Amino acid sequence: MKQLGYEIVESIAIAIEQVYEHRMRSLLTALGVMIGIIAVTLMGSAIRGIDVGFTSNLSILGMNTFYLEKWPWKDVGDNWIQYRNRPPIPASYSEKLNNSILSTENSSLIIAVPMVKNRRKISKDDRNIQGVEIIGTNADYPLVDNAEIELGRFLSEVEVLRGRNVVVLGHEVAASLFPEDLEESIGAYVNIQDIKYKVTGVYKKQGSVLGIGNFDKNVLMPLPSMRKFFVSKRYHSATIKIQKKEEASFEDATDEITGAVRLIRGLKPGQKDNFSINQSTAVAEEIAPVKRGIAIAGFGITGLALFVGAIGIMNITFVSVQERTKEIGTRRAIGARKRAILIQFLMEANMICLIGGIIGVFISFLIKLVLQRFIPEFPLIMSGQLILVAMLVSVLTGIGSGIAPAWKASRLDPAEALRHE
Amino acid sequence: MNSPVIEIVGVKKIYDLGETEVRALNGVDLQIVENDYMAIMGPSGSGKSTMMNLLGCLDTPSEGKYLFAGEDVAEMTDDELADIRNRRIGFVFQSFNLLAKATTLRNVELPLVYAGLHPDTRRERAKEALVKVGLSDRMTHRPNELSGGQRQRVAIARALVNKPSILLADEPTGNLDSKTGEEIMALFDQLHQLGNTIILVTHEDDIAMHAKRCVRLRDGIVESDKKI
Repeated sequence: MKQLGYEIVESIAIAIEQVYEHRMRSLLTALGVMIGIIAVTLMGSAIRGIDVGFTSNLSILGMNTFYLEKWPWKDVGDNWIQYRNRPPIPASYSEKLNNSILSTENSSLIIAVPMVKNRRKISKDDRNIQGVEIIGTNADYPLVDNAEIELGRFLSEVEVLRGRNVVVLGHEVAASLFPEDLEESIGAYVNIQDIKYKVTGVYKKQGSVLGIGNFDKNVLMPLPSMRKFFVSKRYHSATIKIQKKEEASFEDATDEITGAVRLIRGLKPGQKDNFSINQSTAVAEEIAPVKRGIAIAGFGITGLALFVGAIGIMNITFVSVQERTKEIGTRRAIGARKRAILIQFLMEANMICLIGGIIGVFISFLIKLVLQRFIPEFPLIMSGQLILVAMLVSVLTGIGSGIAPAWKASRLDPAEALRHE
Repeated sequence: MNSPVIEIVGVKKIYDLGETEVRALNGVDLQIVENDYMAIMGPSGSGKSTMMNLLGCLDTPSEGKYLFAGEDVAEMTDDELADIRNRRIGFVFQSFNLLAKATTLRNVELPLVYAGLHPDTRRERAKEALVKVGLSDRMTHRPNELSGGQRQRVAIARALVNKPSILLADEPTGNLDSKTGEEIMALFDQLHQLGNTIILVTHEDDIAMHAKRCVRLRDGIVESDKKI
């Protein structure tokens, strides 16, 4: 056992010596493993990043929040026409739903709030920001939303009732219109389609992940003020955001909403629902194929690169055995067992793989830094666990690629090996 | 008479080359006792190299008995043979066979690595062996920083380091000029006087003259076995 230990230590020393002596050759050979490890590390980071980003997205969407809409969040595919023909969801459904909640004993729901959306440019003096989502709602909105106000206040009841031209800005909107000092925004006027709106509040930064709606690029205003200017009453479908009670089950809440909306719509039993109740978990189902796609592509690239890399290493180890046949003979003559020779060449192949792996992880880390600098939304999270897996993969590749040449080296006839020049 | 370290009885080594077979050794009897100083001579093709490989436990006989310190080599496993080579035999090669990248000390230590000795013990014993061959001031040099004679001394130190029963030298002066060759032979003489058992394989009479006994091989058999 002690002998085996010393043989392993010796083989590590030889491996380091050999790799150092043939620096260029070793580095080029390690390239395949390097690429494989980069692929596996980045893939792992992306999947983990999506998962984590996703959870934070879900919390923005609200874990206890339902979205009553004309369209479902899932991909409708070829059936889109059937969804298009659904009647719109008017903003007034929120009031009807609230009446239903009030008259239902032990309702699972708390409140329903209307949201009517439209994209517009918004400007302040010579600054402007494009593609801002303008949301018309009422003073109850904070009850269905987790976002916190950073400065000022939300729309008041009176402002909503009177349809005053007031707005609450998402953080990104406020930051780009008032870059010097966010505080200047409160009480200031901004322009949307040549109409002046007074800013009453600014939201805290929520962040955006995966591009599922950038919540920092929203602007909220009283629904009546929005109606006055932008949105045609007849065709525009609203979103009704509904908050369920913490303790109520999703099934009960969904059933209650479905029942209430069917009643409002006057649907007969047997008729299909002509509306969708969306929930943040639906998005989780949407994201699964993306993750699967990344994993398949990642494993494909990793597998291919590692396979090519392993063959390269096998080849170079065969060359090394050939070059050092006399050394193998000498070692055998002075008492090295077959095992010692086997370990020596396995270790050499492994050393190349390990170097490839370490450089690969390092490069992945650099790629991650660069990506996060230039595309901050790109979700990448590199965990210690992942690095460990990458190292394990390189070691396994090393063993896989080294075993054949190492076996050959250990089976050489010592007398013949000694004669080799 | 000392007890025999090596006893060879009717040993044959036959290489099967398909249609023909080569009888490299065709029935050899030989006894080597402790503190023997023997030269094995013979023209090329006489079976010298085969004899050397057999004596060094690098190969096993096709027929006959080879007893090393009373144990039958033919029945040993590969690992047991490796251990015999490690502990009982010290090899000295014509072309030194040192590890080019390793220091003198590391080269000499190498057999002790495979013997499973602790690094401190290895270092100590390697130093001792280097003192014996007169190279105590060259411990950290690499082979390419040493002269041919010095390299062969390193190889001899490596052969001695595990205190073997026999030293087996294959043309130890073959790659050296005659003056350096004489110095190396003087070292072998000295080691013999210190009690080591030495077997030289050579084709040079001058070198063989250092030994006390000369075995001549021809066509795979012992032609003569004389005291000098």
